[in-house]
Amino acid sequence: MAETVNQTQNFLKGVVKENPIFVMLLGMCPTLGVTSSASNGLGMGVATMFVLIMSNIVVSLVKNQIPSKVRIPAFIIIIASFVTIVEMILEAFVPFLYEQLGIFIPLIVVNCIILGRAEAFASKNNAISSLIDGLGMGLGFTLALTILGSTREILGNGSLFGFKFVAENANTFILFILPPGAFIALAYLTVLFNKITSKTAK
Amino acid sequence: MSKKKDTFLNMVVSLFVITIIAGFSLGFVNDLTIAPKAKAKLEKKVNALKLVLPSFDNNPVDEIQLVKSENVKDSVELYPAFSENKFVGAAVIGSSEKGFSGLVKLMIGFKENGEIKNIAVLEQKETPGLGTKMKDEKFLAQFRDKNPSTFNLKVKKDGGDVDALTGATISSRAFGEATKMAFDEFMKNKENLKTPKN
Repeated sequence: MAETVNQTQNFLKGVVKENPIFVMLLGMCPTLGVTSSASNGLGMGVATMFVLIMSNIVVSLVKNQIPSKVRIPAFIIIIASFVTIVEMILEAFVPFLYEQLGIFIPLIVVNCIILGRAEAFASKNNAISSLIDGLGMGLGFTLALTILGSTREILGNGSLFGFKFVAENANTFILFILPPGAFIALAYLTVLFNKITSKTAK
Repeated sequence: MSKKKDTFLNMVVSLFVITIIAGFSLGFVNDLTIAPKAKAKLEKKVNALKLVLPSFDNNPVDEIQLVKSENVKDSVELYPAFSENKFVGAAVIGSSEKGFSGLVKLMIGFKENGEIKNIAVLEQKETPGLGTKMKDEKFLAQFRDKNPSTFNLKVKKDGGDVDALTGATISSRAFGEATKMAFDEFMKNKENLKTPKN
């Protein structure tokens, strides 16, 4: 399969057919945790995408040098290194986002999308395919988080990307900013997403 | 290229090499970002000082006073502010470890009479969207121009005067505690602060 992968399809599968959030339901912890606003979702998505792409490339490059019994610890070290790099860069150059995301940046390490892609894809394919895979999956993750964050921010806070469009003291569905709102919004969005994609597939 | 065999030596060597490379690349990035990180921190501190203090014409960062206190783990940082050589107030770093996810660090600006001028949040790891709202105008406004000797810094649930954040009572408690600590230190050290260092 490795050499004949259709790269467009490879890219698109991460966004639509195998969307990590709405189809595979992976990485639920940061998904539910940080998406209380659109910009949080976007920032988290981009940070994760960077780690995903870099770890995919590196894992696919070293896949033959790692004995399979220790592959998981090796992958985790690679992923953790990139996460720490992202954390340091964010702290130095985008302190605002660094504060917003807080504890969820170090927790990218245990995001199962990243280890999942390293194990299921990058350790079996070449670097180019893995890069495209990481890009597609990362984009799918980012889009899903941004949509979820926007939905929750609009309903729960009456704003989008921090821009408020209801009166300052208007009553909003504060439930959607709170943790249960994440579950509710995610469930409905997943239903909607699968409804749309199953229609177009027919 | 075939896959490496699962021999003990292979496993040890490959993990060893990976950790070495990871360690060096982390050290390298750390060196690269250490200066911008410090700069960002200082900039934030100066901006916070401007935000929380009455207008001043000295450089509070240079006149910082570190005070050891038995109630606090680290020494407390106090930044006195002067305007035309007259003491106008001071900014105090207050912290509490009782936040929902650990440390909450605030900078509280006090006027000369002990009233709170303004508060800036320096560090917090609270839940995004809930506890992080302690930075919002809506929450901070209730502290302005209040004197903690008459305004009880506990949340209403605990019999105080602070309107807690929705869904973030613990964060609000930590916020109140940090502010209280800063106020106590300010009152204790007020006389020392009034005399300029040089």
